[in-house]
Amino acid sequence: MCGIIGVIDRTMSRMDGSSIKEALSLMDERGSGEGAGYVAYGIYPDYADCYAIHVFFDNLLEPKTRVDEILKQWGRIVHQEEIPTYEQPGLKKEHISWRYFFKPYTDLMIGTTDPDDDNVKHLVMHVNANIEGALIFSSGKNLGVFKAAGWPEDVANYFRIEDYKGYIWLAHNRYPTNTSGWWGGAHPFNLLDWSVVHNGEITSYGTNRRYVEGHGYQCTMLTDTEVVAYLFDLLGRRHGLPSEMVVEALAPPFWDEIDKMPPKEEEFMRTMRLTYGPALMNGPFAIVVATKDGIVGFTDRIKLRPLIVGENGSKLYLSSEEAAIRTMDPEVEKIYMPRAGEPVIGRVTE
Amino acid sequence: MSLGSVPLKYKISIDRDQCMKCMRCVDNCSYGVYRIEDDRIIIDSRKCTACHRCISMCPRDAIMLKERPVDYRSHPLWTVEAREDVINQARTGKIILAGMGNAVDYPIIFDRLVLDACQVTNPSIDPLREPMELRTYIGKKPSKLEFTKNNGDIELTTKLTPNLKLDTPIMVGHMSYGAISLPAQLSIAKAVAKTGTFMGTGEGGMHEAIYPYQDHSIVQIASGRFGVDIDYLERGAAIEIKVGQGAKPGIGGHLPGEKVCADVSCTRMIPLGSDAISPAPHHDIYSIEDLAQLVRSLKEATDWEKPVFVKIAAVHNVAAIAAGIARSDADAVVIDGFKGGTGAAPKVFRDNVGIPIEAAIAAVDQKLNDQGIRNEVSIIASGGIRNSGDLAKSIALGADAIYIGTAALIALGCRVCGNCYRGLCPWGIATQKPELVERIDPEVGAQNVANLIHGWTLELSELMGAAGLNSIESLRGNRERLRGYMLDQGLLDVLKVESVGA
Ligand code: SF4
Ligand code: SF4
Repeated sequence: MCGIIGVIDRTMSRMDGSSIKEALSLMDERGSGEGAGYVAYGIYPDYADCYAIHVFFDNLLEPKTRVDEILKQWGRIVHQEEIPTYEQPGLKKEHISWRYFFKPYTDLMIGTTDPDDDNVKHLVMHVNANIEGALIFSSGKNLGVFKAAGWPEDVANYFRIEDYKGYIWLAHNRYPTNTSGWWGGAHPFNLLDWSVVHNGEITSYGTNRRYVEGHGYQCTMLTDTEVVAYLFDLLGRRHGLPSEMVVEALAPPFWDEIDKMPPKEEEFMRTMRLTYGPALMNGPFAIVVATKDGIVGFTDRIKLRPLIVGENGSKLYLSSEEAAIRTMDPEVEKIYMPRAGEPVIGRVTE
Repeated sequence: MSLGSVPLKYKISIDRDQCMKCMRCVDNCSYGVYRIEDDRIIIDSRKCTACHRCISMCPRDAIMLKERPVDYRSHPLWTVEAREDVINQARTGKIILAGMGNAVDYPIIFDRLVLDACQVTNPSIDPLREPMELRTYIGKKPSKLEFTKNNGDIELTTKLTPNLKLDTPIMVGHMSYGAISLPAQLSIAKAVAKTGTFMGTGEGGMHEAIYPYQDHSIVQIASGRFGVDIDYLERGAAIEIKVGQGAKPGIGGHLPGEKVCADVSCTRMIPLGSDAISPAPHHDIYSIEDLAQLVRSLKEATDWEKPVFVKIAAVHNVAAIAAGIARSDADAVVIDGFKGGTGAAPKVFRDNVGIPIEAAIAAVDQKLNDQGIRNEVSIIASGGIRNSGDLAKSIALGADAIYIGTAALIALGCRVCGNCYRGLCPWGIATQKPELVERIDPEVGAQNVANLIHGWTLELSELMGAAGLNSIESLRGNRERLRGYMLDQGLLDVLKVESVGA
């Protein structure tokens, strides 16, 4: 199960979180009250060039002191504050949500073409693997993840997400089946600019996890989805593949189809599959990934999970259910279903 | 002082009421168990090896074979075998030879690993209705894709090096002409061509009869360099350097002169009737740098058109060695576990040296992954793989493909009697005696081996479908799909597998 919905306004005009809250709540049938979350891009214009680091703290004593220390060692904390939350009768507060606006010291990460991102990636991995009582769950620029163990409306009200305005929103309602419902396990999963919502299970998780671990990522969230964020970071950012190609690596055509392609394309796909075999994802899934320039949605190669696309002018919607899209935008014009494995991409048009 | 004889191992008897005196048992037994005296079949059970040839050829099911009950004083330490080995060595002063695989009752790790299947949240995939991809490429892979963008057009700059394309991740390992008969080898060659996979020629060169199947053959270079010339290298679809073998790590090979008939001598390029001895080390490889040079020389000699594999026995530091091999220009590491079969090995090696393939695959896979190069080189596992369950588990532990040896011979009739080194194999497999060799019809043999490969392939598809996987890439190294049952924590850590229930 699980319900997902995402929207991008390609002109980058910003929408508040009220309608996505409503759309996600419509899919309560797809959840179990054990996890829901939202991510919005463009919400921190005042700190647009800082990394917005969202952390769950068990308490503000030891874990926070240790996170402060390590952040100060690797860069400058431009601003920090508790993320405002509003008590909800149906939601038990388990962590303190905190945010830092952070600028890494570029010269601390040598031997990489992307020192700031690599620095922050390293910090996320380090904190999540080593500092007990602290979990960084959002680390991109000008974006923020808000998630907790609860029903969609409770989580939305808890963070009052209608107070945030973004040009991309993703949201997720969780029905956990492979790990328990806990705050860190709720979606979206994020690393740097990549955020992922996912409906399904990744049966290739063991292989995918091993692959990203061999390239310096540590999987600490106890669930299969985080690996998708790391695969996008590895292939998309570090190897420089455009989103379509990342999707082709993760959900490639079958060999039978590849064999029938014209020689140049055949060579391309074969090379791709051989190079990125361990990144290939198996199992039933529908996934939407966002980055600051757009969103991409895709399903597994035999489409064992639903994904619906809706379009209205500059807006592109992706969801598990048409009704959710219509709730968000009753005027939506074009509704269709992509083929298995086919990426649907919405890019900002600046 | 005479030590006398040790008791016989097997007891053969004939149900005389059933027997129709067709004499097939007499004709079929190459060890001379049966003879005719005055129209009566006389049995000499002492000569029996339990090869089952007579039993399977008797039209009346009249023959009974029993393992002889222990008639020594029972003793937990001084087993029958231990005592008899001492007696035999006291008599001969020689190394005890043995055929086929390790015969000690070590626990089999494969049997303590269980595979996973989907229920409810995650649908199983039905291989009869959905595509199931077992295609496997063996060889070097790039670490990342390199390309250029020309106004939106993507041009690939990465060029793949040659890989072997397997329709199923099952290959038949190296068994040389000499160790096995030509019809046995030919059966295997035809079978792999039929099933879209590959076989190893072993270290004996390539007989002309195999030429039509050379595109499905991996030629081997062992320390003896038998049969190796440029023509041989060019015929292979890939080249394999054999450093070690699971049944006898650290020692070389020995083909007794009796098996070196005219044809074998010609194929191996050695004198007729001479012992063919491969030394333990290659005399041009004394370090990893030497190995890397040989890999490159072989590639240079064949215009960089063929993948080069390196085969080592599974020993305790196999992971570090494999990592070194992976960083040479080698395209695949072959790891042969200590349950691997052999034509002949000193028994003490076969039964005591090396480590199980399960642990070796996992350790190598992990080491290569820790170094970020796992996908750049292939791992082929062999040594005691008995069925498609073992195959699936090998892949989940990190192998790209497997070699089968004994299983393929069993498909040709072998009953694992363990007497291959005597050259009298009644099934016509491990022998060069013309009257025995002709017992294998290569067409029938090929069909049997192909059936086996096909059957395992179907089962592997089903196992993958049950685990919700439709491509072999997603099973490879996928420890999530395995659980350990009654394995100690130390071994679970090496295998990187969680316990059942976890
Ligand atoms: S093969 Fe069977 S029936 Fe024929 S002679 Fe031997 S025991 Fe008798
Ligand atoms: S190949 Fe022949 S001699 Fe060797 S074990 Fe099998 S049946 Fe016995």
